[in-house]
Amino acid sequence: MKLLRAEWTKFRTVPGWVTGVVTAGLLLVLVALLAGVSSDQKGAPPVPTGPDGGPVTDSFYFVHRSLAGDGSITVSVPALTTSVPAGIGDLRPGVVPWAKAGLILKQNTRQGSAYAAIMVTSSHGVRMQDNYVNDTAGPAVRWLRLDRAGDEITGSASADGTRWTKVGTVRVKLGPAALGGLFVASPQDVVGLGTRGSVSTAAFENLRTRGRWTAGAWAGEHVGAESPTFAGYPENTSGSFTEPGGGFQVTGAGDIAPAVRDSLPTGGALDNILTGTFAALIAVIVVAALSITSEYRTKLIHVTLAAAPGRSQVLLAKALVLGCVTFVAGVAGTAVAAPLGIRLAQANGVFIFPVPSPLRVALGTGALLAVAAILALSIGAVLRSSAGAVTTVIVAMVLPYLLVANPFMPAGVAIWLTRVTPAAAFAVQQTLVQYPQVASHYTPYNSYYPLAPWAGLAVLAAYAVAGLAVAAVVLHRRDA
Amino acid sequence: MRSALHAEWTKLRTVAAPAWLLLGMIAATVALSAVATSVVTCGPSGCGGDPARTGLLGVQLGQALAAILGVLVVSGEFSSGMFRTTLTAIPRRATVLTAKAVTLTGAVAVAATAAVLGSLLAGRLILHRRGFPAPAPALSDGPVLRATTGSILYLTLIALLALGVAAVLRDSATSIGVVLALLYLLPILAQAIGDPHWQRLLERTAPMSAGLTVQATTDLDSLPLSPWAGLGVTAAWAAAALVVGGLSTARRDI
Repeated sequence: MKLLRAEWTKFRTVPGWVTGVVTAGLLLVLVALLAGVSSDQKGAPPVPTGPDGGPVTDSFYFVHRSLAGDGSITVSVPALTTSVPAGIGDLRPGVVPWAKAGLILKQNTRQGSAYAAIMVTSSHGVRMQDNYVNDTAGPAVRWLRLDRAGDEITGSASADGTRWTKVGTVRVKLGPAALGGLFVASPQDVVGLGTRGSVSTAAFENLRTRGRWTAGAWAGEHVGAESPTFAGYPENTSGSFTEPGGGFQVTGAGDIAPAVRDSLPTGGALDNILTGTFAALIAVIVVAALSITSEYRTKLIHVTLAAAPGRSQVLLAKALVLGCVTFVAGVAGTAVAAPLGIRLAQANGVFIFPVPSPLRVALGTGALLAVAAILALSIGAVLRSSAGAVTTVIVAMVLPYLLVANPFMPAGVAIWLTRVTPAAAFAVQQTLVQYPQVASHYTPYNSYYPLAPWAGLAVLAAYAVAGLAVAAVVLHRRDA
Repeated sequence: MRSALHAEWTKLRTVAAPAWLLLGMIAATVALSAVATSVVTCGPSGCGGDPARTGLLGVQLGQALAAILGVLVVSGEFSSGMFRTTLTAIPRRATVLTAKAVTLTGAVAVAATAAVLGSLLAGRLILHRRGFPAPAPALSDGPVLRATTGSILYLTLIALLALGVAAVLRDSATSIGVVLALLYLLPILAQAIGDPHWQRLLERTAPMSAGLTVQATTDLDSLPLSPWAGLGVTAAWAAAALVVGGLSTARRDI
């Protein structure tokens, strides 16, 4: 306790150190301010959001009739083919694993409205999906059925149209004037470092409806043609449907799915706004390294160790004081920076991906700074050179991030770097979600980290604990 | 001036740290370049991105060690009190700083040459072993020669920038923090800025993103500024740091 007091007194009475830590907090806010103010997407079309508020892609070709109450619809999908452009106007047959064709019941044609659908996909068999984020796998067959009873919708699949297997039952608020029918969607093809559009055509046969469907012809339209989450049809193609000999031939592009970085490139994530963490990190690392190396330089370490001969305790007390102070600065900085940056960016028309847990990001950023400070302290105690300690920790935490930001870095290496280096800790700021049913570049460059938030921080913590252990041993063995 | 140079050279030679830092710079540069060359995605038409740039990626790590050396040459004397002795022997402060800058330039340039040529050689061997003999950067190629000499100059300039910053700030931790923030932080901040105009401006003026354009051998039109002009920006940073450092050393008490 006395030790803690002593260390706290040392810390608080050096103006440069207090300034350093306060600067760290301010840098978080300043960069968030800069990021928010400098963004400008005023006048961009609004990003569609789903029933749970998350951004969605809701662009597809829809052949529909309205369903006023309960009813069912059955169809078989004998063929689904996809084309991808090899050059401008040069379409070649290709495979887009999540190209979809099937049946859908949807609240209305507004982008982001509630829906439930069952579909065949190019490479993932039959799937039942609803409200953008939910996905259930079914058997690999070609017959599909949707039954509606109130808000309860059951999807079934069959190999022959007589024996049906239930895929799932979901509750979706469709309202009284729901639309139902056939759909085709063809997401962007993820190739190399980028994406390219695709277009798919499906043949539908044996279409049968029962229940309160309106009479009349089927109407076809492309839902969500104008949308920031829809890259459009490939050159010289468009959505359409024809009815040759009782069946349907439907061509469509787009996707019905949660939006990800690749489909919403203009969107911002919270960790972009918190880029100031890097600046704060450097300030904190400098202060942390100085808190031990300056004791050696001024020979204060002799007095410190004479007063408290338990050398590991001295180290622990220093780590605790530094950790607490930087944690508070980080949490306070993030608590101001995050809402401020988000507000400013949104005022400039930028869509910010939803933040599921602002508290985790704030506490995590504080913890990241605190643990990095403890790592810098340990390395400072081992090297006794402030320049060496500062450089080691900055290079270990910031350089991997710079390397990951190189677009030519293969995804495997980028993911490895954000798993094993101390830079893994930045995972604690991630807010984007990876969806298995959406193909995309889930790389750290796009703010998708391979580790879960706290697991990433644990990697850094492991380095800090190891550093602290080595520092304690070295402090015992060597002369001060 | 000759005696000042001799004194600085003796200091640099007789302390263990500079030699280790320079060796470390060579090792780090070659190692990271080699790793980058061995992992970068390659297709039948060549490797992703700019092969020379990938093969010299280690400069981004090596510069940190060059910066430490630049900082320590000055701040080491301030923290140990050695600077008083130095100034007693050579009272002209500008001469002392110039002598330091010249010896540092010589030492870093020699090590940087080894580091950069080593990276190129490692890159050639690795690309050859991976079965891509064609795109391996060769020194006889004009742009590759520019990338090579440019990278050597870049590392030297970063050491001088660090020396200048340390002459102003005097404390080694703060100096290295500021230098590394200038190098690593500005490119990251540029990514966070939404306005492409500001972003471009930051890329043109930041010492690392501007200076490393000298490594570009392909796709020169997409660069924020031309290769040699980019290195010129880094040189301007180093010159400014040295001038301010010189003034600050001349005016302030030790």
